[in-house]
Amino acid sequence: MSALPADRQGLVEAGAPGMLREMMRIRRFEEMCAELYSATRIRGFVHLCIGEEAVAVGVVSSLAEGDAVFSTYREHGHALARGVPMPSVMAEMFGKVTGCSRGRGGSMHLFDVSRRFYGGSAIVAGGIPLAVGTALADRLHGTSDVTVAIFGEGAMAEGAFHESANLAALWGLPVLFVCENNRYAMGTALAREHADTDLTARAASYGMVAWSVDGMDVLAVQDATCRALALVRGGGGPCFLELRTYRFRAHSMYDPDRYRDKAEVEEWKGADPIPALSSLLVEHDVLTQDELTAWAAEIEAEVAAAVEAADRAPLEPVEDLTRFVTTEEERT
Amino acid sequence: MTDTGAPVTTYREALREAHRDAMRRDPEVFLMGEDVGRYGGSFAVSLGLLEEFGEDRVRDTPLSEVAFTGAGIGAALRGMRPIVEIMTVNFSLLALDQILNNAATLRHMSGGQVNVPVVIRMTTGGGRQLAAQHSHSLEGWYAHIPGLRIVAPATVEDARGMLWPALQDPDPVLFFEHGSLYPLKGPLPDPAPEVDIVSAAVRRPGQDVTVVTYGAGVGKALTAATELAREGIEAEVVDLRVLRPLDDATVLASVARTHRVVVVDEGWRSGGLSAEISARIAEQAFFDLDAPVERVCGVEVPVPYAAHLERAALPQPEDVVAAVLRVVRGDG
Repeated sequence: MSALPADRQGLVEAGAPGMLREMMRIRRFEEMCAELYSATRIRGFVHLCIGEEAVAVGVVSSLAEGDAVFSTYREHGHALARGVPMPSVMAEMFGKVTGCSRGRGGSMHLFDVSRRFYGGSAIVAGGIPLAVGTALADRLHGTSDVTVAIFGEGAMAEGAFHESANLAALWGLPVLFVCENNRYAMGTALAREHADTDLTARAASYGMVAWSVDGMDVLAVQDATCRALALVRGGGGPCFLELRTYRFRAHSMYDPDRYRDKAEVEEWKGADPIPALSSLLVEHDVLTQDELTAWAAEIEAEVAAAVEAADRAPLEPVEDLTRFVTTEEERT
Repeated sequence: MTDTGAPVTTYREALREAHRDAMRRDPEVFLMGEDVGRYGGSFAVSLGLLEEFGEDRVRDTPLSEVAFTGAGIGAALRGMRPIVEIMTVNFSLLALDQILNNAATLRHMSGGQVNVPVVIRMTTGGGRQLAAQHSHSLEGWYAHIPGLRIVAPATVEDARGMLWPALQDPDPVLFFEHGSLYPLKGPLPDPAPEVDIVSAAVRRPGQDVTVVTYGAGVGKALTAATELAREGIEAEVVDLRVLRPLDDATVLASVARTHRVVVVDEGWRSGGLSAEISARIAEQAFFDLDAPVERVCGVEVPVPYAAHLERAALPQPEDVVAAVLRVVRGDG
C-alpha cells in the first residue's frame, strides 16, 4: 500500500478531521443504542459496530453520490456514514413511522434508497447477489456507478458470496466487495470456520484484485477504498478488500460473549481507531483538545435530539400494516 | 388454421414470441439464466433470441441460482425488467432465499422505498419421467408468500399473453410453465390478444360440478369433462391462471351455479394449494355446497421415474372423472 499522510497538510487533504468526527458520531450513537436497549426502549436484535467505525467511515466516505451500498445487519455505522439522517435511524430503532424504514425494518434493516443505501440484510451474504444485480443494471445503463457490497468474514463461508464473486468477475461488473473481517462469525472464530483463512487469496482466485488492509486505520481504509474504486470505475471489473477489524462489544445485545478471551478484547481496544486518530491530529496541530471536546458536546446534543425526536414520533397506524406488501395493496 | 380462423402455434413458440415482443418493446427487458443463450434454453423457449438481441440482453449464466436470481432482483431494484429463467422449480429452491427474503420482502421491509419488478420463470410438474428432482409442483409453496404474484399459463394464448403484464407489474412475478405443456398446440390470433394476470377463467361451462385447476391440470380436467359429458354430467372447468392472489370471485360464482366442487392440483395434498382453495370455498360458500369438496392431488411421494409409477403419482383424467362422480352421484 502507498504511504499514508503523516504530516499536517496530508491529514487535512485526506479529510482526516471529518472522518474522525464521523467515527466519534457513530461511536456515540452506538453507545446510546446500548443504553436504550438496556432500558428496554429499543428491542429486537441490535448489533453494534463499536470498534469497527474506521471501516464504515473509511469505505463509505470514499463513495460517490451515485454509488450503491448493500450492507449487513451490523449497519448503523454504514448508514450514518452514508448520510442517512440520525433522527431517521434512531426512529427506526424505536419502531416509529419516521424511521428510515417506517419501523418495518428495525436495527437490521435500515434503508434509504434516496442515498442508494439498499439496506442491511440479516441473511448472511444475502445482499451480495443483489449488489451484482445493481452493478449489472448500472453497466447496462452505461453509468460509471459502483456498487459496494459490505459483508463479514462469516459470509465468505456462504455459497452466495462465491457465486456472486464468480459472476461479477465473469461479467466484469463494477462491484467492490468489502469484507469487514472482525474475526468472529457470531461466536465462531475465523480459523474455526475457514479451511484457508487467507481471505484475499480466496477472493483473488476469482480473478479479482484483492487487498488486505488494517481496518482500524481509517486513513488506510480510505486510501485502499479510493484506489479500489478507481480500478472498478475504470472498468477493471470487481475488486475485493479485506478490512481487518474487531468489535469491542458482543455480537448482539443478547450475546454473553463466552467465546473469546477478555485479554484479546483488551488488546484490540488498544488499536481503537478513534483515540489513535485523535492523538495524531492533535500531535500535528490539525485539531486542538478544545475542538475535540466541542465536537463531543455537539455529537452528544445531536444524539440526544435524535432520541427525543424518536421518542415523540408517531407510530404507523396499524391499519397500514399490509401497506407496501405489494404495490397493488398499497393502492387499495 | 382453426375453425376460428386463428393460426395454430405451440405453447413453446408462444412463449418465445412473448419474449421477443417484450424485448422489442422495452429496452429494460433482458433474459438471463442457465443455457438461455447459445443452447437456446433448456426447453428451447429462447431459441434464436441471442442472435436477435445479443449477449447483453440474453445472458447465459453459470450454474449459480442464488447469484443470478439475486442479480435479477438487484437489476430490478434499479428499474430494469429482468426475466430470470430457472430450469425447474426444484432448482429454484437453491434461490428460495433470494425469492423470499429479498424479492418478496424488500418493499415492505424498506417501508415502500423499492419495487422489485422481476419476472422469474421456471418449469414445474411431472409426467416426463425425469424423477424426483425435476418433477415436483411446488408453486403452491410460492403461493404462500405475501409480496409475490404467481401465474401459471395453461393455454397457448396465456403463454403468449401473460409475460408482458407480468413485466409491467411493479412487484415480483413468478411464472410457472408446466413442463408437459411446451408442445401443446392451440390457436393464437394475430395480433395476439392482451390478457390479464388477475383473473381466473372458465375454460368450459357446465352446470353440474366445478372443477378448479391450473396449469397441466386444465387439459386433464377438459379431457375428464368430455368423458363426463357422455354420462350426462356437465362439468365447468375453472383455470385459476393466477395462484396468488387467488381470484376467489370467479371460483365462488361457479360454485354458486354448480354447488359441487372438485379441486385438481398436481402438488401434494397436505398443506397445498388445493387445501387453500377448499378452505376458501368452505369459508365463503359453505351453504352453496350440496356435497363435500373433493380433491385430486399428486400422491404424497417423491415423483418416481418408472412410467407406470409416475402416472400413478400424478392426477389423471380418470381420477378427475371418479371424483366428479363421487360428488355428483355420491358414487364410490
